[in-house]
Amino acid sequence: MAEENSTDTDSHFRRITIIWLVLSVVLDLLYWFLVGPHVPPGRMTSTARADQFDFNVLFVVALPVLIGIWEFMLYSVFTWRSKRAGVPEPVGGPTAAGNKRAEVSWIVITSVVVLLLAAFGTVSVITGKGSGGGEVPNPLWSPSGSVKAETAALAGTGTWAPNTNAVLPVQVIGQQWKWTYRYPTFGGFESSQLILPDNTNIEFNVTSLDVIHSFWAYQLEVKADANPEENNVAFTKTEQLGSFVVRCSELCGIWHGAMFNYGKVVSQTAFMTWATQTEAANATNTEDLPIFAWTYVPDANGAAGGYYPDGKLTPYSSDEVYGSKQPGS
Amino acid sequence: MTLSAERPHEVEKESFVPPASNAVSRRRGGGWLSQHVGTAIVAGFLGYLLGHWLGNYISSGYPVVTNTGQNSIADLMALIFMVVGWLAGIGALNYPLAKLVGREAKDDVELTGWSKYFRFNLDHKVVGLQYVLGVLLFLFTGGLLAMAIRTELLNPTTHVFSADTYIKIVSEHGTIMMMMASSVVIGPLGNYFVPLMIGARRMAFPRIEAFSLWVFLAGYMVIFSALPFGGFPTGWTGYAPLQTQAGPGMVSYLFGFFVIGLGMMAAGFNLAATIINYRAPGMTWSRVPVFVWSILATAALLTLATPVLVAGGLFGLLDKTVQTAFYVTEHGGSSYLWQNLFWFFGHPEVYIMALPGFGIVGEIIPVFCRKPLFAYRIAAAGMIGVALLSFFVWQHHLFQSGIDPDMRPLFMLTTELISIPTGFIFLVGMGTLYRAKIRFEVPMLFCMAVYFNFLIGGVSGVFLSDVPVNVTVHGGFFVLSHFHYTIMGGLIFAFMAGLYFWLPKMTGRVMNKRLGLWHFWTMFVFFNLTFFPMFIIGLLGQPRRVFTYAKNLQTLNDFSSISAFLLGASFLIFFANLMWSQFINPKKSPANPWESLGLEWQTATPIPPHNFDRIPVIMTDPYHYSEAGAPALADFGDDDFVHTSSGSTTSGDGSA
Repeated sequence: MAEENSTDTDSHFRRITIIWLVLSVVLDLLYWFLVGPHVPPGRMTSTARADQFDFNVLFVVALPVLIGIWEFMLYSVFTWRSKRAGVPEPVGGPTAAGNKRAEVSWIVITSVVVLLLAAFGTVSVITGKGSGGGEVPNPLWSPSGSVKAETAALAGTGTWAPNTNAVLPVQVIGQQWKWTYRYPTFGGFESSQLILPDNTNIEFNVTSLDVIHSFWAYQLEVKADANPEENNVAFTKTEQLGSFVVRCSELCGIWHGAMFNYGKVVSQTAFMTWATQTEAANATNTEDLPIFAWTYVPDANGAAGGYYPDGKLTPYSSDEVYGSKQPGS
Repeated sequence: MTLSAERPHEVEKESFVPPASNAVSRRRGGGWLSQHVGTAIVAGFLGYLLGHWLGNYISSGYPVVTNTGQNSIADLMALIFMVVGWLAGIGALNYPLAKLVGREAKDDVELTGWSKYFRFNLDHKVVGLQYVLGVLLFLFTGGLLAMAIRTELLNPTTHVFSADTYIKIVSEHGTIMMMMASSVVIGPLGNYFVPLMIGARRMAFPRIEAFSLWVFLAGYMVIFSALPFGGFPTGWTGYAPLQTQAGPGMVSYLFGFFVIGLGMMAAGFNLAATIINYRAPGMTWSRVPVFVWSILATAALLTLATPVLVAGGLFGLLDKTVQTAFYVTEHGGSSYLWQNLFWFFGHPEVYIMALPGFGIVGEIIPVFCRKPLFAYRIAAAGMIGVALLSFFVWQHHLFQSGIDPDMRPLFMLTTELISIPTGFIFLVGMGTLYRAKIRFEVPMLFCMAVYFNFLIGGVSGVFLSDVPVNVTVHGGFFVLSHFHYTIMGGLIFAFMAGLYFWLPKMTGRVMNKRLGLWHFWTMFVFFNLTFFPMFIIGLLGQPRRVFTYAKNLQTLNDFSSISAFLLGASFLIFFANLMWSQFINPKKSPANPWESLGLEWQTATPIPPHNFDRIPVIMTDPYHYSEAGAPALADFGDDDFVHTSSGSTTSGDGSA
């Protein structure tokens, strides 16, 4: 048995390769066309669509890897199983303890695949404007117009109107254990419902009043940790009407599991109507809120008292000091 | 001519003189009044009371104590004194204290009989078996908590536990399991087999080896004390503002990691020192068994990464007790500090929990393939590569946390790079299987399962490392499933492979094969049925550590829960097998039941306390399964030469 010739070895290898190729191509195609378009979280926003594409690309690369190794293992189990009882004869041959060609090709192929995946991921995260993930107060990648919208919002001069292509800044505030949302372009009113206009670049400014939460708007494909005293910015562009769920995805205490609510993407005009009406209806409540700022800290009475803007942060630049909205008291 | 004849000095120098510490002296051995687990428990309890009283005495007047009604200083002092009492009670402090006051320590007593397993013992083989019991205690406690979690998740709206109890259970499960997993192979199999595999009589520092065990067991008590203290709500990650906010259970968590960290560092550098310095003559780096390579890589991680956790825990304890503000943002600290410290330890920790599994698999597969390990150098390089790279990836845990965004492509790259050396392990396995003659004994089945499971775990890790996909899967059930596939599917399956493989050597008793097969197949099938649906649950939007979830996910969650109960039952089969084969109806094992060439199998059975009468001279690596008439693995300095592979007994290079 020890003197089996190399053509026999090659025939095993050839058989494994052919089965692998056929299975990989068939299953990859089946996945791409049948499963891929339905992969969560859907295509409600630009980031959801892009990240779904990204997931599918990774899956199409991963599937042949899984198939290759599983097929090899199954093939080994059925082909090279020792049929006799007891300890079998030892297996020798020049390539038993190592095979330069196999080793080098394995290393080269895995390295190339890995580097390509890293390059692909980098391109995706840049073209995806952060892909919906939290990007700190100074995002490297942002849609055009967001800096202007952000600066104006903080100065209290921000506006948003339908059909203007303007970026809509929304502040997301996490606290134990609920989410609230403030709309700086509409007087800074606070809502417990996240309503967004369709076909609009949204800029989420995520912060927390107590512990770390994580804002996960599932169907929107936005996820950003809400840190106290930190403005974590994430972008997406809404592309479809519909409702979505917001959950907390960072453990924040005993009611973490119950920290969720729902939101809706509505048409731009419907949003405008809702926002202006809510702004008017909430006007007296808004006066009692702390002045709009990107982050808040507890006042002297601690969490039981109130919050004021900590006045430290300004959009996209840590150099400029935002000084005009220090606490009144 | 044998090597012993060629190089008489090396062999002669090492020939056996019973070390002083092994001198048999029965002056105070074995009595009920000498130190054992019972005295340790009593001393630990008294230490707890004393520490609590002292803490209250020191700090009861301070406003923070009066206002909150919580005295973290008393809680911490109680735990510190408990651990010190436990160590003093078991006798871990006798030697250092005697030296401290300038006396010669009393001779250690060589104990016989079963009672030595309940005492402070310096024999690495006894410590290894004590560790087996210790990690099984951790494993079964954590497993019961997992059953509780899955019970709660049977229904999205009807609750078995309150939200408070549930989060305590989740946190306790995660922490206990992490503590268990970081020692599960290093402790039992590392301590037991590394000296045997490298041809040493003992570990480099036997007292440190025993200390690491007893401090590990003290860690169990400390982390368990969190439950009577009211639990902690942070999960095993203990993120900072929540950590600062939490009650006294948090002190147990922080001090628990502190204590376990001490044990991990002790075990790590002891193993590293042993492997580097105690190899037998001829045991060159290219002949070291691959399991020893994996333990060396792990030991490096334990030694270098764990201090960061210990320091992080210390900062947290200072925050909670004496009101410093390391992690308190509004007082000038930063909650990111904890996240960075924790994950700077935490990601190497992930490989502390993976590498020993690779080592076990690499050690066992050639035995059941009757083939040399394929690409031995690549296997060793892969483990060292993983260990090095693991220090450069930690921020991928912080992709959505608000870290500097330009760091993300970098950490995506480093994280994906780590899959190259991890892939080496698969190359080694596949190369060894290629055209082998495979025997499917229970350990081999577990090794094949490691490859199956770890492949899923590893590939899902690439999804997590990709920043855009990470937005979907971060903090959800996808990541939960991913790390259960790597830690449980990889490490725990490898640990089981190791137990089935090596228990015949450790105890001289074989495990029952029929029960072993039942155990393997139930564990393998139900493990996958439990955790594979969680990938889908995660993609469908269920965050981790929640007690309520969307109604449409109930079917998948129920499927997962029921599988989890059956997975739990498979551990009962394992437990039954362990009891039956080792205690109730023991069957004597042949000296080398799997016909392995490993040096550990060439020792006498039962292994004498000093392992080798003469230090062997190593002549080749232990994977020469292929060559009939290959040189013997080792020269034991006697005429009775070791046979190399089945069917070919050789007397070395013509010496006879």
